[in-house]
Amino acid sequence: MFKHILKSLTVGPVTETAPAPAEPALAELADKLQKAAKARLGRSLSIREVDAGSCNGCELEIHALNNPIYDLERFGIRFVASPRHADVLLVTGPVTKNMREALFRTWDATPDPKWIVACGDCAIDGGVFKGSYACVGPVEAVVPVDLRIPGCPPRPTELLAGLLALLETSAASGIVGHGKRATADGP
Amino acid sequence: MYGEQPLFGLMNRIGTLVEEHRPWPRYRVTREGWGQFIEELAGNAWSLVGLWGEPRKVHAAIREDLSGDIAVISLECPQGRFPSLSPVRPAANRLERAAHDLYGLTAERTTDPRPWLDHDAWGVRRPLSDRPGAPAPNPGPYTFLPVEGEGLHQIPVGPVHAGIIEPGHFRFTANGETVVRLEERLGYVHKGIERLMRGKTVQDAARLAARVSGDSTVAHSLAFARAVEAALGIRVPPRAVWLRALMAELERIANHVGDIGAVCNDAAFAFMLAEMSQLRESVLRAADTCFGHRLMMDRVVPGGVAVDLHDRGPTLLLDLAADLRRRFAPLVAIYDGKASLQDRTMTTGIVSTGLVNRFGTGGYVGRASGRGLDARRNPGYAPYDDLEFEVPVLTDGDVNARVWIRIREVEQSIDLIEQIVKRLPGVPRGLDGSTPLPLASVMDGQGGAGPREGPGEGLALVESFRGEIMTWVRVNGDGAVDRCHPRDPSWFQWPLLEAAIESNIVADFPLCNKSFNCSYSGHDL
Repeated sequence: MFKHILKSLTVGPVTETAPAPAEPALAELADKLQKAAKARLGRSLSIREVDAGSCNGCELEIHALNNPIYDLERFGIRFVASPRHADVLLVTGPVTKNMREALFRTWDATPDPKWIVACGDCAIDGGVFKGSYACVGPVEAVVPVDLRIPGCPPRPTELLAGLLALLETSAASGIVGHGKRATADGP
Repeated sequence: MYGEQPLFGLMNRIGTLVEEHRPWPRYRVTREGWGQFIEELAGNAWSLVGLWGEPRKVHAAIREDLSGDIAVISLECPQGRFPSLSPVRPAANRLERAAHDLYGLTAERTTDPRPWLDHDAWGVRRPLSDRPGAPAPNPGPYTFLPVEGEGLHQIPVGPVHAGIIEPGHFRFTANGETVVRLEERLGYVHKGIERLMRGKTVQDAARLAARVSGDSTVAHSLAFARAVEAALGIRVPPRAVWLRALMAELERIANHVGDIGAVCNDAAFAFMLAEMSQLRESVLRAADTCFGHRLMMDRVVPGGVAVDLHDRGPTLLLDLAADLRRRFAPLVAIYDGKASLQDRTMTTGIVSTGLVNRFGTGGYVGRASGRGLDARRNPGYAPYDDLEFEVPVLTDGDVNARVWIRIREVEQSIDLIEQIVKRLPGVPRGLDGSTPLPLASVMDGQGGAGPREGPGEGLALVESFRGEIMTWVRVNGDGAVDRCHPRDPSWFQWPLLEAAIESNIVADFPLCNKSFNCSYSGHDL
């Protein structure tokens, strides 16, 4: 194992920083995301992932964001274990009726300011599960949504691009968390 | 008396054969016949492969493990009641509870009559029965099993868990650090897939089958496609058969390496997750390049495949196989050589051979506990009967054994990928030199010509990375799906997780859970 670690010291990180010809977007995006995150949140953004009925395909790709190749944490963005520590709720799935209350309570437990991201086609409009007796449909039918990242499932690069878009739009509009404007006299 | 009774012998005595069911026979029985069947189940080692409902009808699929004979047995229940299989086959219980919640079928003398998928949130009861009911006016809370004794405390976990995983509720009762009982409550991700499939064309229903459980999307698509093809008597082009196996093995490797890393990470050995997740990423990128989707979703369709491998594909996949072999072996050596890691995985979460046999548990959970069934071998399907591979079996039944089964299966799958790529049948060419997709025509419900008019019924068993998937389908004369039931391997693995954690410490639950890695979505449907 030490040989392995020693080798990685000489080889350098596997994280994709330099613009690879096949994927120039990732590197370009990485730089922009870092700047925006710094300006807005002082280098930290905490995400709580909530599966509200997904097929687990979205979860697999969200997991990939944590691998050394995408290495989300280098931007100060990380996944946290509790909604109480979160700035962003990343919600997947067509919101099953059996998960509606759990999703709402998770949202309720997340302190302001907070952003909600609907991740994947199901979370956006119910996807292939649209119209089922067991599904509510889009995430926005239960909690307010700030951003939609389409895909079935979205690729890790698309997820990264989505998080960037969230930071930029929220910074531009002056909205701090959904529905709460930053005002001098507070909420 | 064990196994002396031939399955088909009994079926021919108690039932009448249903004509349109393929490839294995289906028998219609009377209530008396069903009772006799339960008696024989008690004395024979046949395993339950599935149990599912229809309006006023219940079906069970049974396999004689040694001979590989499979039969489906069906009982009409005009009163909506049938004698339960759960006293003789405990694995039937949750399937019966699901059939109750969806179809209003009551299992008599069941071991556990509580609801399962229905959490009183749908706004309708018995949504798939012929007379759905209004929701219960004042639903009470779900009753968990009682746990009695001194010094016990409960730890409720979920449905929203701490990690990036699917939702479900775990109720631990512990004495200090030791778990006395774990009770699972699932159904949170029930999406109503069986109802959504009803009336859809097989092509549209295939998109739902691909999303039963995202991590096994290829395997579930394959099981659905094979069931439809059996029902309609469709012959799949040889190249498609081999491409499907190629995708299935890529999916198996991607999931196994990801989970091996995740198990180690749950023992705070993050190094392994970092390394294994890179291997996983290599596989997903190769899949993306070759088939246009990282998880290969919607690539296996009834009739064949939706995408063919391009010219560079074979070289790319052989390079991937060589690269995986080179990078995987040293990591396995590290796993094998770390005493602090082995300390966590060895003798943790033991499942006995008796238990996996009683529950008919497949996949690495079964194979790590001495049950060596693999659907690729038994009953077997093309092209695996033409390929060389081993099915690893261990008997320790602990987390370590489940990790080792996965390690061995990764090695086997790398081999299989090389064999498949080298022997892949050539691209079919039309008379005009065109290269059509390896895809046989299937009735599309739009008047498109199919090889055979429906109706027809089909059953398919497919080995996903997790274990054996059983999919049953009935296709109408117009090519629409009348009824489909995909049974994920998780149904027979979830109950054993409750047994595995007993007498272990709470802190070892993540290890046990990850070593099982049951699907919530595949189970909840």
